[in-house]
Amino acid sequence: MSEPVESARRPSDIYFFATCVVDQFFPGAGMDAITLLEREGIRVHFPEEQTCCGQPAYTSGFPDEARRVAAHQLTLFPEDWPVVVPSGSCAGMMKHHYPTLFAADPQRKAQAEALSARIHEFTDFLVNVLGWQPQDRGGDCTVVLHTSCSARREMGVHLTGRRLLGDLKNVRVATQDHEAECCGFGGTFSVKQPEISGAMVEDKVKALKATGAELVVSADCGCLMNILGHAAWQDEQAGRTTPSLPGEHIASFLLRRTGGAQ
Amino acid sequence: MSEHTLHFRPADGFRARSKAVVDNPFLRQSFRGAMDFLMAKRAAQFPDPEELESLRSLGEAIRQYNLAKLPDLLLQLESRLTANGVKVHWAETPDEANAIILGIVQGHGATKMVKGKSMVSEEIELNHAAEAAGIEALESDMGEYIVQLAGEKPSHIIMPAIHKTKEEIARLFHEKVPGVDYTDNVDALIQIGRDVLRRKFLEAEIGLSGVNFAVAETGTLCLVENEGNGRMCTTAPAIHIAITGIEKIVEKLEHVPPLYSLLTRSATGQNISTYFNMISGPRQPGEKDGPEEVHLVLLDNGRSQAYADEQLRKTLQCIRCGACMNHCPVYSRIGGHAYGTTYPGPIGKIVSPHLLGLDATAGLTTASSLCGACGEVCPVKIPIPELLMRLREEAFSAPRANPVMRGQGAGYSPLISAIWRAWAVVYQSPALYRMVSWLGSRLGGFLPSRQGAWTSVRTPLRPAPKRLRDMLRERG
Repeated sequence: MSEPVESARRPSDIYFFATCVVDQFFPGAGMDAITLLEREGIRVHFPEEQTCCGQPAYTSGFPDEARRVAAHQLTLFPEDWPVVVPSGSCAGMMKHHYPTLFAADPQRKAQAEALSARIHEFTDFLVNVLGWQPQDRGGDCTVVLHTSCSARREMGVHLTGRRLLGDLKNVRVATQDHEAECCGFGGTFSVKQPEISGAMVEDKVKALKATGAELVVSADCGCLMNILGHAAWQDEQAGRTTPSLPGEHIASFLLRRTGGAQ
Repeated sequence: MSEHTLHFRPADGFRARSKAVVDNPFLRQSFRGAMDFLMAKRAAQFPDPEELESLRSLGEAIRQYNLAKLPDLLLQLESRLTANGVKVHWAETPDEANAIILGIVQGHGATKMVKGKSMVSEEIELNHAAEAAGIEALESDMGEYIVQLAGEKPSHIIMPAIHKTKEEIARLFHEKVPGVDYTDNVDALIQIGRDVLRRKFLEAEIGLSGVNFAVAETGTLCLVENEGNGRMCTTAPAIHIAITGIEKIVEKLEHVPPLYSLLTRSATGQNISTYFNMISGPRQPGEKDGPEEVHLVLLDNGRSQAYADEQLRKTLQCIRCGACMNHCPVYSRIGGHAYGTTYPGPIGKIVSPHLLGLDATAGLTTASSLCGACGEVCPVKIPIPELLMRLREEAFSAPRANPVMRGQGAGYSPLISAIWRAWAVVYQSPALYRMVSWLGSRLGGFLPSRQGAWTSVRTPLRPAPKRLRDMLRERG
């Protein structure tokens, strides 16, 4: 987790690394994160050349391919600004695995280490760098938070999402059974071991629904893709037309609760 | 659910076996409940996260210190044990280990062996070898006794019969133990087992046990147990044979207490086990009890392959507590038998490829979401997710000359590798990525509604009609 910075060191500019999942599947979440940061007075820079952190290949046992893709991302952030990533999983890849990935390449290793120090998961950045305290402008509502395993175990930022939700005075945050357990996504795991992954997401959705929350929020779109995809599949099977478990990225929820773009 | 074929390929049929458990609500609930119980017991032992962290660091340091000196420590252990009157044997393979053990048994004209709990004896499938040689090898740990009666293998390294309900055990005892009426009273069942075993301890000529820690400086074999059967096996019969993997060694006695504490607290949530045996040799002149002969079989079985690689060596830090299984969302869904290996769960996935070769285990390396729960609880800080990724690389890369691991490249698929190469070409080129992701956003609605395994329990993935970069450009 980042150390809190004094307001004098509050960054005026940041880079936004959207991740390929947000760019292609959850663009609204990326847009909301950027809007929120801008509303808080930060200039957000989105390097157009960005693609993917390389994690899918890395975790599947193809480090050479991951390295090639990661090497490209190393070139995208020339200024010494923080790099904010709306995903604990991709942030974890860039912060913790890039230095290992380039261990045999001194020049890139140094670049990776310098970048690593500037990588911030979105909620961690809001809490520990900006010291942001959201002012709730919404009505009463109950939500449940799902934290990705990378956010929890690799980035140690499972507390920042909870802290932000806790600051919203009209929002009750429900706690699900087996909260710390994986939702079963795991990238290619979900298709290589579909039976086990299916059982895991089934249990996760059951636990989330059992809280009675209106909404599940998460700081990781990979998990959301899995959780919401399963909940929607259940709805289809049951012939329901309204989603039994709606969900969104925590950035969208926070933006909406705190007055939107204004 | 049990597998009895020797030299089988555990990865074959893994998906079918895991599906069978996942589809069985009763088994699912039963595993979940058992694992929840064990997790709570462990958590209660470590209320202070800082203390836990410093203990884990100490455990890791002790294991790494001793592994670094392993070749020397093994020689020191051999010479100390020999001086203490213990006969030391070296086995490279399971077959060699079985031949050594059965050679000792037959050399004494013995036919009856009682066994304390030993996962290494499971690893070499000693019971089968003994049976084939006409030797009775009876398990005396209650859980092991139950799975042996049922003709199964342990489904957990600490709690071998965790997959069985008391009703199943009641039926088993009623059917398999002569003269036993059906009862599902747990105390009564334990008493039945005790009565059978008590007689066997007196009859057996050979007692076999595992080893938790072998201390090189003193030549001492430490054995951790709760039922007292370990002490019976190692003291009542005239011959005691211990078997262990070569990695279980520590240099000094002072290394034992921290590891022992981490072991019992992580495994069963106990402060300390009921029994802790320290065996330093056979009965000495003038002593009234203890075995007349003590043997130690040191087994390699692929461990030196793991040892030779700096990263893979961390696999050998394991003290076999089983906490990684108890906390694993995969293990808790499918139980131990689905893996088809002696060691199931996260530790099984990183140990088994060395024991059995990647050709038999490549598929098992994919059975993890890399959630990291195993690495988080490991008392000696084995980076299990990191090692799994390394094993995936070893398994799925093209076969190389002089591989680090047996079976390297066994999971190699030219097609899958080509797909990843193509993926890298697209994602390292901003122009290609822009083009491919733009096509995705245009074609999203036309993507098939069936997307392989993904849509077996999920709605199809469809890229959004506008990418984030499109939205930003439009906004200006």
